[in-house]
Amino acid sequence: MRSAVIVFPGSNCDRDLAQALLQTSGRAPTMVWHRDTELPDGLDLIGVPGGFSYGDYLRSGAMAARSPVMRAVKAAAERGVAVLGVCNGFQVLTEAGMLPGALMRNSGIRFVGRDVALTVENSRSPFTGRLPAGGTITLPVAHHDGNYQADEATLDRLEGEGRVALRYAEDVNGSARDIAGIVNERGNVLGMMPHPERAVEPAHGRTDGRRLFEGLVEALG
Amino acid sequence: MKYRVHVTLKPGVLDPQGKAIHHALEGLGFGDVRDVRAGKLIELDLADETASQGDVEDMCRKLLVNTVIENFRIERVEAAEA
Repeated sequence: MRSAVIVFPGSNCDRDLAQALLQTSGRAPTMVWHRDTELPDGLDLIGVPGGFSYGDYLRSGAMAARSPVMRAVKAAAERGVAVLGVCNGFQVLTEAGMLPGALMRNSGIRFVGRDVALTVENSRSPFTGRLPAGGTITLPVAHHDGNYQADEATLDRLEGEGRVALRYAEDVNGSARDIAGIVNERGNVLGMMPHPERAVEPAHGRTDGRRLFEGLVEALG
Repeated sequence: MKYRVHVTLKPGVLDPQGKAIHHALEGLGFGDVRDVRAGKLIELDLADETASQGDVEDMCRKLLVNTVIENFRIERVEAAEA
């Protein structure tokens, strides 16, 4: 699996994501700076990492979503390249219009940083193939703006089309219908607030995230 | 040419910040506040003196506002006020 990780000013999970991809695919991803206008050829996966791109100014992910490299990311997604957005990466993908809805300030105002239980709602996407269908995994969350909101029609559509990939087993941040991760219509773009790259090796305390990356390697070669 | 853009959350969209401000006001003894909604004010100073409201609207739709959750109102700042 050939992968790339996008790096914005203020990204801080880019190296964790790169390490997770290296460990599970055996191949180091290419790190791509936000001002680049082209991506490496032959990519199977693009990772949009967590962090605080552009200091979260204006709205989380707003400026990053308009940076030059995102045009190339959008074009690649339209060609079918898989795109994984984690935390700030999820915010960037919604701001870029690649996923519906928006991530707002947590309903409890506070930053939430802890392990949370997640229900695997859809295990048919390339991202979730190795996750237990209908089962529970535990991953860490660390965010201030993880409160997923969309209008009722959009939420119904996401549910009806099986595009809710991950759901919080409890209310974590006020998200509509406890949504923690969604895929796009085509199923090749996933945005999720929890951090799979922080649960890859035993030293992390948990390894449920590793299965997500192994599933990607399996699905994308 | 100066413009002000007022960005507010759409009605019905939960506003955690407004809620926190509301609680803080109540804590200070302001008991008659029914609701608080927090928004943003963005001031733009444009070099082009002929820049129109439409140009600012373009900026709103492309970056300044997330129209999924926010509304905006554009206000032209008169020279005397600026």
